[in-house]
Amino acid sequence: MTRHTLSVLVQDQPGVLARVASLFSRRGFNIESLAVGPTEVPDISRMTIVVNVDRLPLEQVTKQLNKLINVLKIVELEADSSVQREILLVKVRADLDSRSHILETVQLFRAKVVDVAHDTVTIEATGAHDKLEALLKVLEPFGIRELVQSGMVAMGRGSRSISDRSSRSTEKTI
Amino acid sequence: MSTSHEVNSEAGPQGARVSGAQSLISSLESAGVDVVFGIPGGAILPAYDPMMDSTKIRHILVRHEQGAGHAAEGYASATGRVGVCMATSGPGATNLVTPIADAYMDSVPMVAITGQVPSAAIGTDAFQEADIRGITMPITKHSFLITDPDQISQAIAQAFHLASTGRPGPVLVDISKDALQADTTFVWPDSIDLPGYNPRTRPHSKQIREAAKLILSSRQPVLYVGGGVIRGNASASLRILAELTGIPVVTTLMARGAFPDSHTQHLGMPGMHGTVAAVGALQKADLLITLGARFDDRVTGKLSSFAPNAAVIHADIDPAEIGKNREADIPIVGDVGEVIPELIAAIKAEIELGNIGDYAGWWKELNRLRETYPLGYDLPTDGSLSPQYVIERLGKISGPESIYAAGVGQHQMWAAQFIGYEFPGTWLNSGGAGTMGYSVPAAMGAKVGCPDKTVWAIDGDGCFQMTNQELATCTINDIPIKVALINNSSLGMVRQWQTLFYNERYSNTDLESHRFPDFVKLAEAYGAYGLQCDNAESVDATIEKALSLNDAPVVIDFVVHRDAMVWPMVAAGTGNDEILYARSIAPDWGSDD
Repeated sequence: MTRHTLSVLVQDQPGVLARVASLFSRRGFNIESLAVGPTEVPDISRMTIVVNVDRLPLEQVTKQLNKLINVLKIVELEADSSVQREILLVKVRADLDSRSHILETVQLFRAKVVDVAHDTVTIEATGAHDKLEALLKVLEPFGIRELVQSGMVAMGRGSRSISDRSSRSTEKTI
Repeated sequence: MSTSHEVNSEAGPQGARVSGAQSLISSLESAGVDVVFGIPGGAILPAYDPMMDSTKIRHILVRHEQGAGHAAEGYASATGRVGVCMATSGPGATNLVTPIADAYMDSVPMVAITGQVPSAAIGTDAFQEADIRGITMPITKHSFLITDPDQISQAIAQAFHLASTGRPGPVLVDISKDALQADTTFVWPDSIDLPGYNPRTRPHSKQIREAAKLILSSRQPVLYVGGGVIRGNASASLRILAELTGIPVVTTLMARGAFPDSHTQHLGMPGMHGTVAAVGALQKADLLITLGARFDDRVTGKLSSFAPNAAVIHADIDPAEIGKNREADIPIVGDVGEVIPELIAAIKAEIELGNIGDYAGWWKELNRLRETYPLGYDLPTDGSLSPQYVIERLGKISGPESIYAAGVGQHQMWAAQFIGYEFPGTWLNSGGAGTMGYSVPAAMGAKVGCPDKTVWAIDGDGCFQMTNQELATCTINDIPIKVALINNSSLGMVRQWQTLFYNERYSNTDLESHRFPDFVKLAEAYGAYGLQCDNAESVDATIEKALSLNDAPVVIDFVVHRDAMVWPMVAAGTGNDEILYARSIAPDWGSDD
């Protein structure tokens, strides 16, 4: 099983998220994360879907996704040729003794403190999955009170845009 | 048969101010709809008012929405045109779920129109509210929820386009009651705006050339023909391809009629209850030329042992079918109606280069299988009527011009085995979904679409009791179908599995339908002719009698032996090599195995 990141352009129509989610559940595919938002083109949304599958099932995932009428394009983004980011908000226990250690960690990971209370600090961090995992590992001993994490968003490196790239499967069919 | 819908440009008051409901009816007329099967109710009621005034659309009032759905399927499967069914919100719509799922599995072009509660009430658990779009999302090709009357005509145009092109399938259009009641301007769109939908029909020429080479260099090829050949209107070119190459043909349950049963190159149906020759051909093949088939588990048996030595050419209009169950060596995405003619041309070019296929040794082996293990059945020793005999005689007497719609179970398999099909669209059944109750309403729909043809519902006593209320619809609307009820007083196929795999413990499969209901009286209560036959001597005369009665539906209650079993059989979960010709009799595959 390997992680694959799919960028999916969809028509921004009611029910499109349900269609994609229902397709994954019906066909027995596992979504690791899904993020959706607007794009530079009005009425077109972009989903970034991280799936954990082998090569052959991935082909089925993209072919079945392609069959959804509202799906316009699917591009697989390889980790080394794309920028992949998640955002993390974490509320960490912070007393007078630990506070400076925590702030050091925040700096080290180029994260930000976005809220401070007498016994906690809330940290915002963005980055690739591995970086955020490493940050959490360091913060864990201080005591994590609350944690929320976004799905991954990703974009190909270089000057080409997704509309210049060829689709993940040979062509958009059915 | 063509699955493209014809646009009737004369229909509808283009540009007129009308109600959403009138816009819906004008849209259906513009899409070329001549028949709608349905039942009105609160939310869809506005649509039924202008329907009354339509001179182009015949609405057939069914007795259960499931009947409307299967009738639309039967109409579509027999004519190649899009079938249309209509229901109200909530339970009306949920009763369509089974036929929608059925149409999805068997790629039947169908448009289902449902009323929805007023848009302000959506999401409030209003009376007769059900999220039918959400419910049917996994079983439709696409679906619409329309709350704006201006969008009705566009949605209907798109629905018919989607249902009938590419891989056909069911499309649901759910319309809120307020959208039907509000005013709009009727505009039938002159183009379809679906940027995410571009079905590829034209195959890649490089793939075609490679396929042609592989076909001629193979020694043991089989044309593995699926229902796509019927939906894609490719029967005639399939025959040319088969005769050009001399390659043996097998037709799946969904493809019965795609290639004439009388043709010497036809080995019959493969799969769980296929012929030994057809199953053996696939198992021993070195090449499967797969045309509009999808390697369904009922054909492959245990996938890992299916056709172990075969390379695979797989042509299908749905790219997701290619490589789904079995890896393809030469994938061809395209409409079989275009793929096969291109294959023919490429093979002719190869033959001109002196590249000629040699399948003589292959045919010798297949002919041995065919001659040693023909389809057959044992007559009951207690003098009771053999169901296989009844179905065989029905096919012989009524002939290949008739349309046969089966239910699901033993009688369906016997109807697939013992009736000789010569033409596409003459065999209708619920293949993928296996929906009991399909037969009577599907026959009704087929008869509406093909009024000049004799249409038989071949049904079991279990199936028949799920949807027989549509006999009333048939009688009242002058749709004289004929029902051959294969009454073995049980859920026969389940009983067969209990015989074979559950130590003859017959848990809940005895319907006691030799006692109740009285099918002759039931038929007569519905205004149909009721006939009964329980002995071989009167089978022919009873069928002929039924054929002579054309002013009302006919039901023949064939009281048959209950222990008859469907053979050959590949038990579920086992490999095709383990096919049994009859109980405890395995075929001799020959010395080379």
